[in-house]
Amino acid sequence: MATIALDGVVKRYGKTTAVHGIDLNVADGEFVVLVGPSGCGKSTTLRMIAGLEDISGGTISIDGRIVNEAEPKDRNIAMVFQNYAIYPHMSVAQNIGFGLYTSKLSEPEKKKRIQETAGILGLENLLDRRPSQLSGGQRQRVAIGRAMVRDPAAFLFDEPLSNLDAQLRTQMRLEIKKLHQRLGTTIVFVTHDQVEAMTMADRIVVMRDGRILQVGTPIELYENPADVFTARFIGSPTMNLLPARLSEKEGQRVAALNGFNATAHLPGSQAIRSDGADVLVGVRPHDLHVGSADGANNFTLLGEVSVVEPLGSETLVHLDLGGTSVIASAPGKTVPKVGGRVTVHAQPGSLYLFDAKTERALCRM
Amino acid sequence: MSMNAATLDHRSSFRSVRPGQVIAWTLLFLGGIVMITPILFMLSTSLKDASQVYDLRLVPESPTLDNYITVLSDGRFLRWFLNSLFVAVAVTLSNVFFDSLVGYTLAKFRFRGRYFIFIAILSTLMIPTEMLVIPWYLMASSFGWIDTYWGIMFPGMMTAFGTFLMKQFFETVPDEFLEAARVDGLNEFSIWWRVAMPLVTPALSALAIFTFLGNWTAFFWPLIVTNSRELYTLPVGLSSFAVEQAIQWEMIMTGASLATIPTLFVFLLLQRYIVRGVMLAGLKG
Repeated sequence: MATIALDGVVKRYGKTTAVHGIDLNVADGEFVVLVGPSGCGKSTTLRMIAGLEDISGGTISIDGRIVNEAEPKDRNIAMVFQNYAIYPHMSVAQNIGFGLYTSKLSEPEKKKRIQETAGILGLENLLDRRPSQLSGGQRQRVAIGRAMVRDPAAFLFDEPLSNLDAQLRTQMRLEIKKLHQRLGTTIVFVTHDQVEAMTMADRIVVMRDGRILQVGTPIELYENPADVFTARFIGSPTMNLLPARLSEKEGQRVAALNGFNATAHLPGSQAIRSDGADVLVGVRPHDLHVGSADGANNFTLLGEVSVVEPLGSETLVHLDLGGTSVIASAPGKTVPKVGGRVTVHAQPGSLYLFDAKTERALCRM
Repeated sequence: MSMNAATLDHRSSFRSVRPGQVIAWTLLFLGGIVMITPILFMLSTSLKDASQVYDLRLVPESPTLDNYITVLSDGRFLRWFLNSLFVAVAVTLSNVFFDSLVGYTLAKFRFRGRYFIFIAILSTLMIPTEMLVIPWYLMASSFGWIDTYWGIMFPGMMTAFGTFLMKQFFETVPDEFLEAARVDGLNEFSIWWRVAMPLVTPALSALAIFTFLGNWTAFFWPLIVTNSRELYTLPVGLSSFAVEQAIQWEMIMTGASLATIPTLFVFLLLQRYIVRGVMLAGLKG
C-alpha cells in the first residue's frame, strides 16, 4: 500500500498545456476516482503517475519518494488499461503470470501466486484458455489479475469498464469495489462516467481543462458542488439550471427566474451579491417533485409535460417552461399525460444558487 | 418433377453467371497456363535423356530418373544446394531480426529525425539493384569480402522493403500492450521480443517468405561476387551447366526442379500468412 502525492504537476505538449499544475494527495488504501469529460487531463494525470508520460513541472511522490525520473517498473504500481492489454498469444495463466516476469520468486511460488490470484477473480477454470475464448468481463478480470499478482503498492485503472456493456459494467464495478475492500490497496481510477465515480470512490476528483475543480466524497460533491460544471456533471439526471436575477420581494431577498413568475427565497442571513446580479438557480430532478405543496417558501413551477420516462421506482417528467426544459420526478406509479400542464415544487434547502458569470456556487437555499 | 427442378436449377445457375465473371475466369485460366507451362516443361525435360531434350512433347516418350541420379550423385550440386540454403536462411533470419527491430523503433518511438530516417530508408527502394552492384563490389573488394559467404550475403542482410513492411505492421499493435509490459517491468528489448514480435507473426512470415525466395533464386550478385565453384549458389551453379562443353538442358532442368522443393516447402508452410501479410502491408501503406 502507498500514498500518492501530486504537487503542482504540469504536463505540456509543445505549446499546449494539458495539465495545469495540479495538487492531489491520495491516502494509503484510498480509492480515488478522477472524473471529467474527454480531454480534461485525467488519463494524462494517471499516465504521469504510472511513469508512462514525463512530467513538465512539479513533483509526483509515491510513498514519500519523488518518482519524477523513475521508470514505470521502479514505481511499484500496476495499471489496468481501457482495452485490457492482455496478450492474445498467451493463455490466461501466462497473462496473469506475465506480471511476475521480472520477479525473483521461484517457479513454484509464481504458480502458487497465479493460482491464488485466479481463485480470487474466479478464473481457476479458465487458466488454459486464450483471451479470444473469453468474454469481455473475463478478459477484464485477467487484466486485473495481471495487475494483482504483483501485489503492487497501488493500482491505476484507466477507464477499464468503458468497453463493457451496461450490465457487465455494473457487475465489474461491484467486483472492483469488493476487491478494494478485500485488498485495501490504494487505487486511482479514471473514468468519464459519473455513476462509476459516485458508486466506487472514497473521494472523487473532478477535472476539467487540465485543472482540478473539486475534490470530495461522492456525497460532498453531490450535496455541495463548487461550481456549475460539477453540479451538472455529478448526479443523474443532470441538475436543472434556470437563469434568474437577484431582487427583493416583500422584504425578502429572492432570485426571480427570468421569464417566469417564480421566485426562490434566499436564506435571510446570506449576504451575497447585490440586487440585479445575474444568477443561476439549480435544482436536482430528484428534488423537484410533481404536484403542488403547501408552504410559504416552496419553489414552484408550472409547465407542460413534453416527455415522460417511467423507470419503475420513479418517473422522470420533462417539462417545457416556455422554451426552457426542466426534469422533475414523480412517484413510480404516477405517469402524467404528455401535453398536460403540471405543477412541480422543491422544498426550501434543496435549491442551489450559482453566479451566472463565474459559475461558482453561492449558497444553498 | 425432380428432373424438371434440376433442369431449372441448372438454368438459373447458368443465368447467374455474369459476362464479367466469364472474362475474368478466361483471363485467369490463360494466366495460369502461361505460368504453369514452363514448370511442366521443366519437369518434363528433367525426365528426358539428352537425345530427347528438343522433342517438345510434354510427356516424355521414355521417362528416366537418370538425370536426378547424376545430379544428386554429383557432389557439386549438393554443395551449391547447401550454399544456397545457408545464404537464404542466414539472410532471412537477419532480415526478420533487423528489419523488425528497426521497423519497431520507427513505429513505436518518438525521436528527433525519425521521419527523416524513415524517408531515407524508403527512398533506397527507388534505386535499382543494377546501380548498386558496382558500389557493393567496390565495398566487398576493399573489405576483402569477394568470394566469401559474407560477400554474398551482406547486401541483403537488412532491406528497406522489410523495414517498411514491419513498420507498417508494428503501427497496428496497440501502444497499451507495450505500456502494460513497461509497467510490468520488462526492458525495451524484452518488450519488443516477447510482446510485440508475437503480435506481428503474419508480417514476419510474409517477410520470411519474400526474403527466402528472393535469396534462394538470387543469381546476379552471387555470380559477380563469387569466383570459386565451392561458393556458387544453386542458380549460379546450374548456369554453369550451360557454359561447359554444351548446354545440358536436361541437367539444368533437373537441378531447377530440385531447387523448387525448398521454395515449395517454405511456401506451403507459411502460405496462410503470405496473403494476409501482403494485404495488410498494402492497406497500411
